Amino acid sequence: MTNGKPIAVMAALLALSVSAARAEENLKIGLIATLSGPPAVLGQQLRNGFALAVKELHGKLGGRDTEIVVTDDELKPDVAVSKVKALVERDKVDFVVGPVFSNILAAIMKPVTEANVILISPNAGTSSFAGKECNPNFFVTSYQNDQVHEVLGQYAQDSGFKKVIIIVPNYQAGKDAAAGFKHKFSGEVLDEIYVPLGQLDYSAELSRIAAAKPDAIFAFLPGGMGVNFVKQYRQAGLVEKIPFLSAFTVDESTLPAQQDAALGMFGGANWAPNLDNPQNKAFVDAYLKEYNAVPGTYAFQAYDAAMLIDSAVRAVKGNVADRDALRAALMKADFKSLRGAFKFNTNHYPIQNFYLVKVAKRPDGKFETEIEKKVFSNYADPYVKDCAMK
Amino acid sequence: MTSTLFLVQVLNGLQLGVLLFLIAAGLTLVFGVMDFINLAHGVQYMLGAYLAVAFYGAVGNFLIALLLALVAALAFGLLLDFLVFRHLYERDHLDQVIATFGVILFLNHAVRVVWGAAPLTLPVPDFFSGSVALTDGQLYPVWRLVIIASGLAIAAALYALVNFTRIGMLVRAGATNARMVSALGVNIKRLFMIVFGFGTMLAGFAGIMIAPIISVEPGMGDNILILALVVIVIGGIGSIRGAFVAALLIGLVDTLGRSFSIDILRLMMGPSPARMAGPAIASMLIYVLMAIVLYLRPAGLFPAKGRLR
Repeated sequence: MTNGKPIAVMAALLALSVSAARAEENLKIGLIATLSGPPAVLGQQLRNGFALAVKELHGKLGGRDTEIVVTDDELKPDVAVSKVKALVERDKVDFVVGPVFSNILAAIMKPVTEANVILISPNAGTSSFAGKECNPNFFVTSYQNDQVHEVLGQYAQDSGFKKVIIIVPNYQAGKDAAAGFKHKFSGEVLDEIYVPLGQLDYSAELSRIAAAKPDAIFAFLPGGMGVNFVKQYRQAGLVEKIPFLSAFTVDESTLPAQQDAALGMFGGANWAPNLDNPQNKAFVDAYLKEYNAVPGTYAFQAYDAAMLIDSAVRAVKGNVADRDALRAALMKADFKSLRGAFKFNTNHYPIQNFYLVKVAKRPDGKFETEIEKKVFSNYADPYVKDCAMK
Repeated sequence: MTSTLFLVQVLNGLQLGVLLFLIAAGLTLVFGVMDFINLAHGVQYMLGAYLAVAFYGAVGNFLIALLLALVAALAFGLLLDFLVFRHLYERDHLDQVIATFGVILFLNHAVRVVWGAAPLTLPVPDFFSGSVALTDGQLYPVWRLVIIASGLAIAAALYALVNFTRIGMLVRAGATNARMVSALGVNIKRLFMIVFGFGTMLAGFAGIMIAPIISVEPGMGDNILILALVVIVIGGIGSIRGAFVAALLIGLVDTLGRSFSIDILRLMMGPSPARMAGPAIASMLIYVLMAIVLYLRPAGLFPAKGRLR
């Protein structure tokens, strides 16, 4: 081994192979969602929607081979923080997509965006990050949380309802929901019923509602709470008497359990499975075929998030290291959203239409929400005025 | 108007109370006779509901599904007893609490693996699916009346069983002093197994009956277990009569509290603070009741006679 030649050749070969590997390095995306506990259904929809988009793009976002690291936040903010830190520091992801819940979003915001990684929320959209704490590395493909409640408030107002009862869980999001509804509804609120989070039996509340005889009720009872409330509302014979307006209470994640009991009940959304455009039809069919379930907003917003990433990475020709160019490309939102018209406001929250949706039975026997009427057109959240980004 | 609302809420309270009784009856017997703290009792309630959903999906008839689910719940309870609980009878309470808590975690997750995380649903049997009009606008679901009736019937049957039969006598004796019963030549192991199986079946029955009303999901037994523990503490451990009275008491206090706390508070303060304080106070009421009962009668309302410890 006195001759240095072989070593030099080997070194050269090594250098070559390293640079080759770098050129073919995958685009890495971390996906964080709640995948355990009762709300796991929502996280699964989110994950499935995203995975479906990546599959349709043949595993390449923006032309680059894409690797997705899926993690479960367990709906615990501290767990979520340590998991996104691992995504950012160990896996060196370029994007983090998630989460489902607003309290998790608040927890992971700093660790992700301060590492100069792009955070795209396909569901949670708190008012704080739409206003004062808006962030150049943060994009939202869903909505600002208040807007869904406002849809129902506006509808109650337009329908000329005079007396309404509000029923929400006794925690921050519940109070925000009641406030959002009242923001657009100026009639009389006969009663605001606050129930403990996770309550299962609503017999006492339903009897009170029946006795008060309001023109309509507004319910924000997400997940299992909504499944129970809807069933019991139907059993108490109130559906025909008192219109049921709700947010996150009847949707594709709860309908498999509510089934016929939810027929004819109203919700608010920025999209529905029957929204009429070609890309949405293809999406719903593909989702049904792949997962044998009707996609909900969680799935569609995650699908859109993947398409958004695809468009931006393509625009910067795969060079995601140039974050300024990447952010500018994301801001353009140059993709065909499943909801049709879609653009970002200066706070990186969408400007979009909102609809009143109604539960209906599909020809295949499954249940879905269907668009009843458009309530807001090109609707932006009011918090944007507090956001310094222009 | 207010009096009819009150009447309806009393019915609601009765329904909750009866349900709690079905769960607490087994819990109090197992605790009283076998001196065994079984936190996994709530899991039996959950399993009853899941089994009913599964069998209903297979046979499509509620009554047959109910019977099959009862048998399956019993079999599963005995299997758990054989595999886990039997080895804990002689251990101290802390070991029992930790081990049975482990069973809760294990089974909650197992249920998720088998049936998925999404809530499931069981339809109300057609025959009982309607509702009866109590007064103007107040419709009451027939199924809730069925729950009340079946619960009261079981309570009556239990009363007769415990007070007028030989096995009931042994159970009462066991609740007072199990070791003495054993010394008198009674096969205490067999008695334990009967008591345990029976308690398991009652909890499963409660789960089956409530399944048409609430969603069937992992962890559904955890909250109801806490209420059932409150019931047996108030009623007196080992006493069926105590469990019955305490369950109805808890059901009524909780329901009426939830319903009228705001109205009552409004008499004393403004509507806005009443609206905030009402739900908080309502959810505390049963624990306040428990504290008062324990202060006045530390052994509960109807302690098993001559019980040692």
